[in-house]
Amino acid sequence: MTDLKTTVFHALHAEFGAKMVPFAGYDMPVQYKLGVMGEHLHTRTKAGLFDVSHMGQVLLKPKSGKVEDAALALERLVPVDILGLKEGRQRYALFTNDAGGIMDDLMVANRGDHLFVVVNAACKDADIAHMTAHLSDTCDVVPVTDRSLVALQGPEAERALAALNPAVAEMKFMDVATVTFGKAVCWVSRSGYSGEDGYEISVPDQFAVQLVTDLWKQGGVEPIGLGARDSLRLEAGLCLYGNDLDPTTSPVEANLTWAIQNARRAGGAREGGFPGAARILRELAEGPSRLRVGLLPEGRAPMRSDVQLFAAEDAAEPVGHVTSGAFGPSIQAPMAMGYVATSHAATGTRLWGEVRGKRMPVVVSDMPFRPSTYKR
Amino acid sequence: MKFTEEHEWLRVEGDLIVVGITEHASEQLGDIVFVDLPDADTEVAKDDEVVVIESVKAASDILAPLDGTIVEVNDVLGDNPSLVNEDPTGDGWFFKMKIEDMSALDDLMDEAAYKDFIG
Repeated sequence: MTDLKTTVFHALHAEFGAKMVPFAGYDMPVQYKLGVMGEHLHTRTKAGLFDVSHMGQVLLKPKSGKVEDAALALERLVPVDILGLKEGRQRYALFTNDAGGIMDDLMVANRGDHLFVVVNAACKDADIAHMTAHLSDTCDVVPVTDRSLVALQGPEAERALAALNPAVAEMKFMDVATVTFGKAVCWVSRSGYSGEDGYEISVPDQFAVQLVTDLWKQGGVEPIGLGARDSLRLEAGLCLYGNDLDPTTSPVEANLTWAIQNARRAGGAREGGFPGAARILRELAEGPSRLRVGLLPEGRAPMRSDVQLFAAEDAAEPVGHVTSGAFGPSIQAPMAMGYVATSHAATGTRLWGEVRGKRMPVVVSDMPFRPSTYKR
Repeated sequence: MKFTEEHEWLRVEGDLIVVGITEHASEQLGDIVFVDLPDADTEVAKDDEVVVIESVKAASDILAPLDGTIVEVNDVLGDNPSLVNEDPTGDGWFFKMKIEDMSALDDLMDEAAYKDFIG
């Protein structure tokens, strides 16, 4: 037997009929009774509720009391403009390593007198050690161990959550706020990982089950497992760390240059000064040798991760490979993302993916595969 | 109907054997989105990988249950793979095969034995 960790929702998952799997050291629901496709479509048409409590929540509290000091400290680890992040706003960021690769992707929120960081479950121990090693001179790095994290995503998310506190309806995409639901004082962001409008809610453990139960009672809200979470994020063109991003892949190769604001680029107010800056700034100037792209197979066969991509049906050497692939329930077609040589990365380029020894046509495509519905 | 430990069912239809996957297997696989069928007139040996089914979760191989020749495949699954979920033991069949020795079926499980097998 392994000693898998559980979230506070473990008993509730069983009650909802979840099929559990080990994920990043946790016993997590991969699907419930609706099944992966049903859960995916439910999230796109009504509202899906996700237990993401396995993710790491960390506070960066500046010793000076000034959030700017925490922002400047965190900028030593990410190629992102954190100083320019206003109070009550959240931003996507990447921990880079000295080789310019990606150690993890994360969300950073400015909560007035401190920063609130959410990192991937599989990376959280390493991330906390990394931040503690590099930020402790300026900040107290405080892992949050008494809060759960739930995501509510989909077109009816606002209705369901606003029924518990109407203040959340006023929030815009990437806003963060402290919102009280009953007795639970929660840290809410209007964001997520599905391509849908919705919220992520950091809730004190003792009120977490009550909050989820109250949301479920609003109607239109169903629990969604990791299976649909993956197909939702892939349709939305969002990266999965470990599949689409890894320590050898740079943010420029990953086509995440939008996350590197001008302040951190060549000529910016705080140019460089993050791990791997030499490679990342060079790739920004000269272009990377390979690029993450969307891929739409022409047939019905999904092309999953590690499928090799070729420029021609009879080409000997691959020009790239798939890093995530699945069937997209909303687009009713297989979809994938992967890395290809820049020379073959233009939208509309026809490549060949080798599936079980057979070469099948696949076209480089823009992402998201399904338009996102964020409330801007 | 006969059953294999690979969760296939076999039904005798004249001098042919119709092959598909069981309801239990289709439930375990989840929503099926693609079925890669062999060509008709393919000679196969027992345990050859003859069909690949892709669910929303993963790809799974279906093995030839016996030695023989695949003489017909269920082309409808190309456009409508979800038939395997909706009617696994009926319209969701995969292929029909001709086998040399019908007595080979006797070694397979009957329905009661299969039910015990899946617990």
